Amino acid sequence: MGIRLEKEWIELSQANIDPLPAQLGVYQLADADERVLKIGFAGARLNFGMRTALEAEIEAHPGAQLLFRYEINQQYTTRYDELLMVFVNDHGVVPGENIGEDRIIGRLSPG
Amino acid sequence: MDLTLNDEQQLIVDTIKKYVREEIVPLEDELDPDAGQLPEADFERLVDKTKAMGFYGLDIPAEYGGPGLDVTTRTLMAIEMSQHRAGLYAPCYDTFGGAGLAQLYEATEDQKERYLFPTLKGEKKGCFGLTEPSGGSDPGRAIQTRAFQDGAEWVINGSKLFISGADKADFCLLFARTGGEGRDGVTAFLVDTDQPGFQVRRVVHTLRSARYATEISLDDVRVSEDNILGELNKGFGIANDRLSRQRIPYAAACIGVAIRAQEMAIEWAKSRVTFGDVLAKRQAVQWMIVDNEIDIRQARWITLDAAQKADSGQTFRTEAAMAKLVATEAGSRVVDRSMQIHGGMGMTKDLPLERWFREMRIRRVGEGPSEVQRIIMARDILGGSFK
Repeated sequence: MGIRLEKEWIELSQANIDPLPAQLGVYQLADADERVLKIGFAGARLNFGMRTALEAEIEAHPGAQLLFRYEINQQYTTRYDELLMVFVNDHGVVPGENIGEDRIIGRLSPG
Repeated sequence: MDLTLNDEQQLIVDTIKKYVREEIVPLEDELDPDAGQLPEADFERLVDKTKAMGFYGLDIPAEYGGPGLDVTTRTLMAIEMSQHRAGLYAPCYDTFGGAGLAQLYEATEDQKERYLFPTLKGEKKGCFGLTEPSGGSDPGRAIQTRAFQDGAEWVINGSKLFISGADKADFCLLFARTGGEGRDGVTAFLVDTDQPGFQVRRVVHTLRSARYATEISLDDVRVSEDNILGELNKGFGIANDRLSRQRIPYAAACIGVAIRAQEMAIEWAKSRVTFGDVLAKRQAVQWMIVDNEIDIRQARWITLDAAQKADSGQTFRTEAAMAKLVATEAGSRVVDRSMQIHGGMGMTKDLPLERWFREMRIRRVGEGPSEVQRIIMARDILGGSFK
């Protein structure tokens, strides 16, 4: 597992979500130009893990052409923090849709 | 040893128990099962409550404005404060505040102005940089991070591993080798984390959900000689003192979780029906419940004995090591048995048991593994030091 989430982007659609495992993990959401809009996690309160988390993203972005990539990960809370820190290191700010979350982002210099 | 609580202690225990059950546990019904912090609004509301209770900044000495609790009372509180899902590593989600690094109370007045007082006001955060990739059980000998003097400054190079909170800290109490090999060649430095060369390289993911650890690299980090804490080459004593003191509350948190796991196991055993009767009627389950109770009472007795020794001014190194060893191992067994009694439900994230199981496993290694606690006790019991 690399420190950055560098998997291939997938079109965010119900058809692409249906085959996903109903597991815990983290994901990124991007626009059509692969600019990351949000870093999220599929936690244990969701009925079908990653599938439920990404279905909620479709509902929250009606009609938008979005991309996603994900990682199944039992340490989803610390991995989520790590991805936010890496993003801040690379871009100076958190992704647009993460602004305003109740979270203190630490400093990471992964090189 | 008298384990009877006096009236004040009983009132404090009852107050904390009520706070955990009525304020913390209901919030966890909505939080992610692996959450390590509260939403800001809830956090601030609860901090106001602990301040009103007079318990904010629990570990701050009375002369610095803290409640000035004795170790026994603080231990009794720690047993109560961990009795919720995140309780092992985020007891009450830090709503009782922190006291900063204990060593700062022995710093110079200038260092207190720059590090201790801002910490107590909530303006600065510190982290503790001791363990290295070369090992954590014998830090006096394992430390390879080096510092050399350059005029009025020291220049530090090396790395640190399993450092909690380094990514959010303003300064680090960092231990580096300034002399020869062994314990007498280590110095404690107060290092500002915004110094060039101080970098948090990665998050170290573990079984623990509430707090991640980090790895730090130090490349020509320059520190003023005014930032040496204590004496040159005497840093190991500072680190060791902290490790001894930490063992009693560390043990207490494990007991609190074990108590709550046992309560859940009893409740489940009395209500779950299999083969026509409740689990509580099965001898196999009864024995697990009894073994849990023995583990809890032994651990509580030994931990409070250590606390009372500390309060009476006696040497408590053996007692603290014994408490740490017994409570972490007993807590692990109690949680494991409670999961067994719960069957399949015990494995799920619907209940806190699986989180306690993961996080309790770390407690047998963190703050000195069980084997090191035995070494410490053997030294005291047999006399002398095994070099």
